[in-house]
Amino acid sequence: MTVRVQHEDFDVGAEIAALRSNNPKIGAVASFIGIVRDLNEGAAVGSITLEHYPGMTEKSLASICEQAKARWTLGEVLIVHRVGTLAPADQIVLVVTTSSHRGDAFSACQFVMDYLKTEAPFWKKETTEDGMRWVDARDSDAQARERRK
Amino acid sequence: MKLRVLYFAALRERIGRSEESLDAPNDVANVAQLRDWLAQRGEPWSSAFAEIRRVRAAVDQTMVDDRHALHDGAEVAFFPPVTGG
Repeated sequence: MTVRVQHEDFDVGAEIAALRSNNPKIGAVASFIGIVRDLNEGAAVGSITLEHYPGMTEKSLASICEQAKARWTLGEVLIVHRVGTLAPADQIVLVVTTSSHRGDAFSACQFVMDYLKTEAPFWKKETTEDGMRWVDARDSDAQARERRK
Repeated sequence: MKLRVLYFAALRERIGRSEESLDAPNDVANVAQLRDWLAQRGEPWSSAFAEIRRVRAAVDQTMVDDRHALHDGAEVAFFPPVTGG
C-alpha cells in the first residue's frame, strides 16, 4: 500500500510498472486517473488550486486503502493525489489496485475513488472568467459513497 | 480546555486565519458546542459559520460528527465538505 500527496505530475506507466515489478501473482491491474476539466457548472475553468490538510490527508488515504484491502483480495493499492495549482487536462489523482483477478481490482478501485471523494480532506478552488470560487461538493458523490457501504 | 483549532478552504478565508490556540470554557465538551462557542464570540466566526453550509469537523485528524467529545490538547479542524479527486 502506497499513498503520496505531491505537487509534481505522475507517470501512470511508470507507477504501474513499479507496482508490478517482481510480482507474478498479479493477474489484474485496475486504474483510475482523474483529470482537470475545462468546464465546470457552465463556466470555463482557467486553473484549479487544490488545498489539503497535511497529516490528516495521508491518514485518511491510508485508511481508505486498508478498508479496500479488508473487503477484497488485493495485491497492491496505490493512491497518488496532486495539490497546488493545475491547468485543464492536467492529471489530479491516480488510483491503482492489483489483484489475481479483475473483479476485485475493479471493485476496489471504484471503492477507493468513491471514498476519497467524500472522506479525504482536499478542497478545489477554481479560477473562471468571473474570478475565483470554491468548488461545491456534489450530492452524487455522497450517494456513490453510500452505495459502497 | 486547551485546543488547537484549524480552518480550511472557504472557512479559512472567511475567518482570515488558518489556525488558533485557545482555552475553551468547561461547558464546551463536544464539537457542536465548540462551533457554537466560536460563533458566539462574534465576527468573523459568527458570519463564517452561518454562511458556509454543512461545515464538517475532524478531531485529531479523523472526521467526526457533531457529538464527538473533545479532550484537552485536541487538534480540532473545521472545513467545508471535501472536493478532492
